[in-house]
Amino acid sequence: MARLTIEKLTKSFGDIRALDDVTIEVNDGEFMAILGPSGCGKTTLLRQIAGFDKLDAGRISIGDAEVSALERHVPPEKRRIGIVFQSYALWPHMTVAENIAYGLTVAGVRNPERLRRVQDALASVELDGFGERRPGTLSGGQRQRVALARCLVTEPALVLLDEPLANLDVHLRAAMEDEFSRFHTRTGTTMLYITHDQAEAMALADRIAVMDKGRVLQVASPSQLYREPADATVAGFIGEGMVVPVDVLAVNGDGTCCADLYGHRVRMRCALTQKTTSTARACLRASDLRMVEPSAPGVRARVARAIYQGGYFRLEAHVEAHPEASLHLTAPEPFTVAADTAIQLQVADGWVIPPSQNAAKR
Amino acid sequence: MTHAAGWRERVGDTSLLWGLVGVVAILSVLPLARLLLEGIAPNGFFSSAALTRVLASPTTWIATRHSLVTAFGGTIVAVAIGAVVAALVALTDIRGRKPFVFCFVLPLMIAPQVVALAWLQLFGPSSTLLKMIGLAPAMGSPNPLYSAQGIIALLGIQYAPLVFLTLRAGLRTLPRELVEAGLAAGATPFTVVRTIVLPLMTPPLVAGIALCFVSCLGNFGIPAFLGIPGNYLVLPTLIYQRLAGLGPSVLSEVAVLSVLIGVIAVVGILLQDSMLKRRDFRLMSASDFMRPFELARWRLPVEIALWTLTIAVLVLPLCALLLTSLVSTIGVPLTVATATLANYDYVLFEHAAAKRAFVNSFGLSATAAVVILLIAVPLAYFLAWRRSPLLRALNLTAEMPYALPGVVLAIAAILVFLKPLPLLGISLYNTIWIILFCYIARFLVLGLRPVLSGYYQLDRTLEEAAQITGARLLRRLRTIIFPLVAPMATAGALLIFLTAFNELTVSALLWSSGAETLGVVVFSFQQGGDSTYAAALATLTVAVTIALMVATMFTTGKLAQGILPWRG
Repeated sequence: MARLTIEKLTKSFGDIRALDDVTIEVNDGEFMAILGPSGCGKTTLLRQIAGFDKLDAGRISIGDAEVSALERHVPPEKRRIGIVFQSYALWPHMTVAENIAYGLTVAGVRNPERLRRVQDALASVELDGFGERRPGTLSGGQRQRVALARCLVTEPALVLLDEPLANLDVHLRAAMEDEFSRFHTRTGTTMLYITHDQAEAMALADRIAVMDKGRVLQVASPSQLYREPADATVAGFIGEGMVVPVDVLAVNGDGTCCADLYGHRVRMRCALTQKTTSTARACLRASDLRMVEPSAPGVRARVARAIYQGGYFRLEAHVEAHPEASLHLTAPEPFTVAADTAIQLQVADGWVIPPSQNAAKR
Repeated sequence: MTHAAGWRERVGDTSLLWGLVGVVAILSVLPLARLLLEGIAPNGFFSSAALTRVLASPTTWIATRHSLVTAFGGTIVAVAIGAVVAALVALTDIRGRKPFVFCFVLPLMIAPQVVALAWLQLFGPSSTLLKMIGLAPAMGSPNPLYSAQGIIALLGIQYAPLVFLTLRAGLRTLPRELVEAGLAAGATPFTVVRTIVLPLMTPPLVAGIALCFVSCLGNFGIPAFLGIPGNYLVLPTLIYQRLAGLGPSVLSEVAVLSVLIGVIAVVGILLQDSMLKRRDFRLMSASDFMRPFELARWRLPVEIALWTLTIAVLVLPLCALLLTSLVSTIGVPLTVATATLANYDYVLFEHAAAKRAFVNSFGLSATAAVVILLIAVPLAYFLAWRRSPLLRALNLTAEMPYALPGVVLAIAAILVFLKPLPLLGISLYNTIWIILFCYIARFLVLGLRPVLSGYYQLDRTLEEAAQITGARLLRRLRTIIFPLVAPMATAGALLIFLTAFNELTVSALLWSSGAETLGVVVFSFQQGGDSTYAAALATLTVAVTIALMVATMFTTGKLAQGILPWRG
């Protein structure tokens, strides 16, 4: 078990900045997810932590030991970390037991101690009796569990999981999510979980680091990420938030403010340090919007599309005064409003995105 | 803790890499550089005497012309046969493809000198086979194969499989959509082949032509058996005659001749490169194998034609060889009464050099195969997974001794090893070790290529998963990587073994008493007029070769697909 400290990490491939000034601190025993779309740099980050690639600037420490810096690069085999690969990377020429025992053999652990630990590892992933099988004869979920057992048998200080569920069927994912969760609780190992699936990240992680274009946009708990996104990109990426321009008219001092949205007064949540401004942006959720009587106060919009999604409709509408602004919300079945009909939308909640601290840097 | 250990590990990696760089340099750069040096500075002094003497000699230019004529002629024959057969096998619905490919590729695996010997036994006044069917020409009439046309024909037959293999490999990557789009546009299959398939197949075709040209140019066995008797000399046989007749005193001159043939080969390779650079031939990802064109009523005639060709170029000469090996003396008609196994008895149990040659050839081939794999597996690791300009250069360097004609390497090796090794004071010249050195240098790439393709097919996370558990490079190579590339490596080893087992070009120049190879003994039997002994020994090598090839056909799955040319 160990803390993982990543400070100002930078890595370029040719002209492309794969990692740009990345700083993340993972606490001892924490389950941290790195979330971002493909190409955001999360796999590069994982390879840096594992030591497969050398960095251009910054430093990485595991526990108290610095493992990557400009003048120092501890090779992967000396880092005492475990990885569960997306492809599982089980050695096809070895049995399941031999796969799991490999790291112990390398570390010089002898029988019967080695045998016992392999049996324990197999039992812990509920694969007792599978030791003599070949990886090729196992199902996807079983292979995943073997990979997990192989990774954990050497009791690494830090476990990296590289999109471990990406190759599994949907119905298996929920079961494996449970497995990872239980494992984390039982072993207390520090885990870093790379994924592009926000539902997965939300379900598993203590905290999530959102990455985009090589930069870390926000590190926060799942709930804070959803309720209080730090910038417009996070707001749009997490939970499909709508980013809209607002005037902050008055700040109440209790984390709420009074804002004007397309001429409609709304009470919104905001940072305690929020100032009144006419150039703020807010994040709205579909659940914050509700259709009301045309005479009620609200934002007037026109229905662009109604898409049936099973049990409810997803409505897309353009604000009448600002046709370039698009909003979306859900409407229960039955829903009979035709396209281009005017509707009145009441906005119940919202989050004023704090002014960017790195605005100057960009 | 980690700092010191990490440093040690990095040094371990680096020293392995530099060790491999050193090995390749000794195998490839050292001899070729020494050869070039000899060309401009014989015996260490700059002098153009040897150069001028060789370039002023008409013999040089006659041999060069002969080399070019036979190489071009052989290439044309090989392309004509190889391309048509490749198109028929890869694009149409002929039956019995597997046995056909096996038989068609077989000449490539049989030593050129054996092919030449077999064909000589097929034609000519003393042909045992022709005598049996009463078609032998009158005694005293010349064997038509002792001529430039004979050399060209046999070179063409020997290397048609090379063109076939490169072209078929290309046809296999042809996306079926491209062909189907052509058919959907209303083109007939023939038009599609002419306007879509052929233009797209330019790269493999050009590569096959270049490969074929360089192979014809460097071939020693065929012009040695067919050209020397009629004094039709090409560059490799000229070099051989000079060296065999006059010994190391003419080394500077033969070095110049070797450089000359090397230059011609390099020009051929460069020409191929420049031809392919001008156009974009890249194919989008291939989805599926193309559905073969139906030959319909032409299928049976085409099949008959293909098998007739196979019987003519493979079965007949080999039968002639076998029959000759069964008569007591050339000219004696073969009947049940005259058939004898005495020739086999002689070469297997009586003739000392022939007995030694079996041991030598087996030993050399097996040792070369094992040593090459021990070099190739770690070398390919760096080549495949640690790309850098140095490694790209190293890959090219490793290809050189194989790409250049065999005589070039042999002469270079003599130059390097004629004098005793520094520090050790041992001379490798006139020992079997110089042959082993050349086999390892020359056939390294035959082992390297399959292993490299094994690495490219391998998911690198398999190695990374081992690395993360703490396994160091040597352990990863031993426990993870070697087992995973073993099928490819075994296939490569087999290819090396068969090639070295049938080798003559290098050993003809490097053999010494006690260090004879099978090729050398067959050659000297034939030169001494003992065609029946030569035929018996050649039949035995063919039998070993075919037995090994057939054995691989039954180990399905164990040996990697696509490495052994005769396995469709």
